Amino acid sequence: MKIQQLSLFLENKPRALRVPTRILAEAGISILTMSLADTEQFGILRLIVPDAQRAKGILEKAGAVVNVTEVVAVEVPDRAGGLDGVLAVIEKESLNVEYVYSFTARKGDRAVLVFRFDDPDKALRLLAAHGVAVVTELDGFLTPGT
Amino acid sequence: MIEQWNDTPGGFHPASAPDYLPLPQLRDLQLRRLRAIAARAYEHVELYGKRMRESGVTPDDIQSLDDIVRLPFTQKTDLRDTYPFGLFASPMPEIVRLHASSGTTGKPIVVAYTREDLQVWSSVMVRTFAACGLHRGDIIQNAYGYGLFTGGLGAHYGAEALGATVIPISGGNTDRQIMVMKDFGVTAICCTPSYFIHLIDRGEELGIDFRELPLRAGIFGAEPWTEGMRQYIEKQAGIKAYDIYGLSEIIGPGVASETETQDGLVIFEDHFYPEIVDPDTGKPVPDGQEGELVLTTLSKWAMPVIRYRTHDITAFITTPSGCGRTLRRVHRVTHRSDDMFIIRGVNVFPSQIEVALLSVEGTLPHYQIVLTREKGLDQIEVRVEVTPEIFKDTISALEGLQARISHSIERTLGLRAKVRLVEPNTIQRSEGKARRVLDQRNL
Amino acid sequence: MSGLQIENRIWDTVETLPRERLRVLQTERLRSCVRQASQIPFYREALSRLGVDADTISGPEDVRRLPITTKEDLRQYYPLDLLAVPREKLVRIHGSSGTTGKPTFVAYTAEDLNLWTELCARFLVAGGLRPKHTVHIAFGYGLFTGGFGLHQGVERVGAAIVPAAAGNTVRQILLLKDLDADVLICTPSYALNIAEVARAEGITPADWSLKYGHFGGEPWTEDMRLRIEQEMGILAFNNYGLSEIIGPGVSGECAARRGMHLAEDHFIVECLNPDTLEPVAEGEQGELVITTLTKQAMPLLRYRTRDIASIDTSPCPCGRTFARMSRVVGRTDDMLIIRGVNVFPSQIEEALLRVDGTAPHYLIEVDRPGTLDRVTVKVELRPQDFSDRMREMQALRARIDREIHAITGIRVNVELVEPNSLERFVGKSRRVIDHRKGT
Repeated sequence: MKIQQLSLFLENKPRALRVPTRILAEAGISILTMSLADTEQFGILRLIVPDAQRAKGILEKAGAVVNVTEVVAVEVPDRAGGLDGVLAVIEKESLNVEYVYSFTARKGDRAVLVFRFDDPDKALRLLAAHGVAVVTELDGFLTPGT
Repeated sequence: MIEQWNDTPGGFHPASAPDYLPLPQLRDLQLRRLRAIAARAYEHVELYGKRMRESGVTPDDIQSLDDIVRLPFTQKTDLRDTYPFGLFASPMPEIVRLHASSGTTGKPIVVAYTREDLQVWSSVMVRTFAACGLHRGDIIQNAYGYGLFTGGLGAHYGAEALGATVIPISGGNTDRQIMVMKDFGVTAICCTPSYFIHLIDRGEELGIDFRELPLRAGIFGAEPWTEGMRQYIEKQAGIKAYDIYGLSEIIGPGVASETETQDGLVIFEDHFYPEIVDPDTGKPVPDGQEGELVLTTLSKWAMPVIRYRTHDITAFITTPSGCGRTLRRVHRVTHRSDDMFIIRGVNVFPSQIEVALLSVEGTLPHYQIVLTREKGLDQIEVRVEVTPEIFKDTISALEGLQARISHSIERTLGLRAKVRLVEPNTIQRSEGKARRVLDQRNL
Repeated sequence: MSGLQIENRIWDTVETLPRERLRVLQTERLRSCVRQASQIPFYREALSRLGVDADTISGPEDVRRLPITTKEDLRQYYPLDLLAVPREKLVRIHGSSGTTGKPTFVAYTAEDLNLWTELCARFLVAGGLRPKHTVHIAFGYGLFTGGFGLHQGVERVGAAIVPAAAGNTVRQILLLKDLDADVLICTPSYALNIAEVARAEGITPADWSLKYGHFGGEPWTEDMRLRIEQEMGILAFNNYGLSEIIGPGVSGECAARRGMHLAEDHFIVECLNPDTLEPVAEGEQGELVITTLTKQAMPLLRYRTRDIASIDTSPCPCGRTFARMSRVVGRTDDMLIIRGVNVFPSQIEEALLRVDGTAPHYLIEVDRPGTLDRVTVKVELRPQDFSDRMREMQALRARIDREIHAITGIRVNVELVEPNSLERFVGKSRRVIDHRKGT
C-alpha cells in the first residue's frame, strides 16, 4: 500500500516549524513520523499522520501550502545487513529513490523506512515480487491514547 | 592653442564652446533647430504627423521657443507601440547604429542613430568629460556595460574622441576592475555610483586605498544617488565625483552633466531642449519649481523625439552656474513620477517582473520586489508566495523552480535577481493589493 | 548550400598585390618593425644577443633570425612593459585571459586601431558585408577583442550595427528577426545555439533576412559550417585572430572559402614544428608563429600562438594573392576555448586554491550537450569540508563557482564528489576530459 505523506513548505526562519505542529496539536492529530529537509532559504517538512486528507484540510485552512505525496513504508529487519538486503533489491530493479527517512516506532522486530520512489506503483510491485514487506496500514503505529 | 587645454586640467576644451554661447545666440540656435526637427518629425514620422494634425499644429506654427508647448508629448509607450522602426525618420541605409532597452513589458524599445547622430553623441560626451575636468592623456576605465545599453558605448566613444586612453573593461568582475585601476594608473572611471562604492569597499578588503592611486575623477550616472553618497565617495577614494544624466530614448549618456563646480547638471540644451512640467496636467511649472523633465531632441536625425516625458522629477536651478556656462541647469534626479526603479543602472518596471513570473508558471503569484544595497551593490530579491499549484515535495524541484524564475527574470531584465520562495499570505498587502516594491536602499 | 550568391568584392587593392611585390613590402616593413621593436628593452637585448640589426634584413625569410616571443613573456612584462611608444600615445587597452588570474594586456595607438579596423573590414567585405546591411553582433564587448574588432570593421564599411553583445538568446532572436539583420557575428557554437532556440520558438529561416554569418573566436569544423548554413539559411564565414597580435582580422575567408587569407602585408606568419621550431613543408600542419610588421604600440616578434594549422600559398580564384591558412585544428598547450573564452586548467586550479587553501583533486569535463559548451568541474570534498547542513554544502559550491567565474569569466557546474573518487594519475595528472567533437 502507498502511504499518503504530507509535505509542507516552510521558510527558513525562526519558529517556522512550530506553526504546523501547533495547528496539528490543536486539532488532536498526532504525527507518526517526520523529516525535515532544508536549504539556505527554505525547508520541506514531511509528515506522516493517521488521516492525511483531514490534516491537509486543517493545515490548508490555516494558510499552509501542503502537498500529498505517495510514499512506500518498507519493513526492514532490524539487524546487521537488514537495510542492505532491501537496498540490494532496489538497486537490482533500478528503482529510483528520491529520499528516505525512518519511522520512530518499530513494527515488531522490524524497523520501518519511508521511501519516496519516482514510481511508487512499480516499486510496490517489484518489492512484493522480492518478498520485501511493506506497511499496509498505519493503525499499528498509533500508541494508545491517541 | 589647442595643445594648451591638454596640460591644464579644468582648462577650456574646444568642444565645450557651445556650453558658453551667449543666451541670445543659444536661443536662436535652439529655435532654428526646433523648427527643423519639428518639420522633419512631421514629414518623416507617421505618428508625429498624425499627432500634430490632431492637435491642429504644423511646424510653421513654431515661431518662438515658447510655442514648443503646442507640440504633443511623446510617451515611452509610443516607442513601444511603434516598435521596431515606427519612429525612424531616416531610411535604414542611413542608419549605422541601433540600441535597445527593455520597455515596460517584454517588448524592447529600439533607438537609431545616423553617422551624424553618433558624432553629436560623441561630442556631448566629450563636453561631459571636459566639464568633469578630463582631457587628453587621461586613462579612462569604462565600467559601464557594453552592448545594447547606451551607457557603455556612449561613454566609450566620448572618451575616445576626447583623446584619452580607454580601457573598455565593461561591467562586472570587481577584483579585476580594482587590479586594472591600480596596475594601469587609471585617472578616471565611468560606472554607476553604487558600483563604485562597491569597488571602494572591496578595495578596502584587499588592502588597496583608492586615495593612494592616481584616480582623480568618477563620472557616475545611470541611477539616482545622493549628496551623502558623493561625500562618502569623495572622502574614501580621494576623487571628485560627478553626476551625469542621460537616457537612451533621447541619445544615451550625454544629455546633462555636472561641471567642475558641482552645482547642478548643465543640460546640453543646444541639442536637447528641456522643459519642466506638472506631471499631472502637463503644464509648465514656474522656473525653480519641481516637476517632470520633458526633453526634445533638437538635432537627432534618425529618430527625433518630440517632448519626451522622462518621468524624472527635477527642477531648474535659477541662479547662474559658478562655472560660467550659460546652459540651463537642473538638480540631480532623485525620484520619478512612475513606478520604475533603477537597479545596477538597469531600468526596471514591476510590470516586467510580472511578465517574467507569468511566463514561468502561467499564473501570477503574489510577489514583492525588495531592493537592498549591500556594500554599495544593489541587490534585487523577488519574493514569491508559494501556492499549492507550484509547491513540490522535493528540494531539487523547488530549487528548479527558483532557478526558472530567476532565469526568466534575467531574460526579461538582463540582470540576476535572487528569488526567495515565501509562505502564502506573508507578503504585506495594502487594501488587498500587495505593495510591489520595497526599496530599502535609503537613497 | 543556401542558394545565396556572393559577389567577390575586394576592400583594399593591396590584397591582390603580386607576391614578388609583397616580398618587397614585407622586407621593408620587417626592417621598420625590427627598428620599432628595438624601442623595447626586452627586444633590444634579444636582438643584440642574436646579432640582428634592421639593416641586415634582406628578405622576409630573415624573420627566422628574430627572437621568439611567448605568452609567458607577455605575462612577465605585465601590465605594459612591452610598449614601443610613450604611454600618452595609447588610445585603447584590451586584454585576454592569462594562464593564471592575471590577464595579459595589449595596447593600441590610434594607428593600430585604424589598422585593426581596416583588417576587419577586409574580411567582412570578402564575406559579403555591404554598407546597406544591418549587422547583429552577438560577441561580448569589453576587454575581449572579438566584439570591438568586428564592431569597428562593420562601422568602417558603413553598415548598421546592433551591438547585442553576449547572452539572452531569446532576446537576441527577437531582435535578429524584428530588426531585419542581414549579417550575424558571434562564435560558431553560439550561432548553432541561436538556430536551435529559434527552432524551438517556431522560427524558420524564412522568418528572418539573415544572409551571412562571420564566426570566430573558437575552433570549428566543416560539419558545423554545414549545420549552421542549413539551419540558419545563411553563408557562414570563418575568421581568425588573437588579441596578442591585434584581435580578429589576422585572417578571414573570401567567397571561395578555401582557407582564410592572411593579412600578409601586416603579418609574417610562419608554420613551424612546435618541437624543433623548424618550418614544416607547405601544406603541412604546424604551429603558427606570427610577427607583426606594422604595429606601433606593441610590436611582437615571432609570437608563438600555440594554434595548429597549415598554410597554402597557391593562387585563390578570388584574385587575392595572400596565403591562406586552414582552420585551426588544435593547440600545442592545454588551453580550452569555452563559448569563445580562452580558459586554462591552471586558472581553475588557482580558483580552487582560493577556496580551500590547498590544491584539491579535481577534474574538468567539457561537453556540448546541445550547441553550447558545458563545463563540469568535479572537486573532491575533503573530509574536513563536509557539513551535514545542506546550506553549507550549497554555499561551498557557490563559492567555488564564484571564484572560477571571477578568474575565467565563465560559469561552470561545480560537482562535489567524494574523497578519493577521482582517478589518480602518475606524473602529470589528466585534469581535462574534452568530450566535444571536432575541437
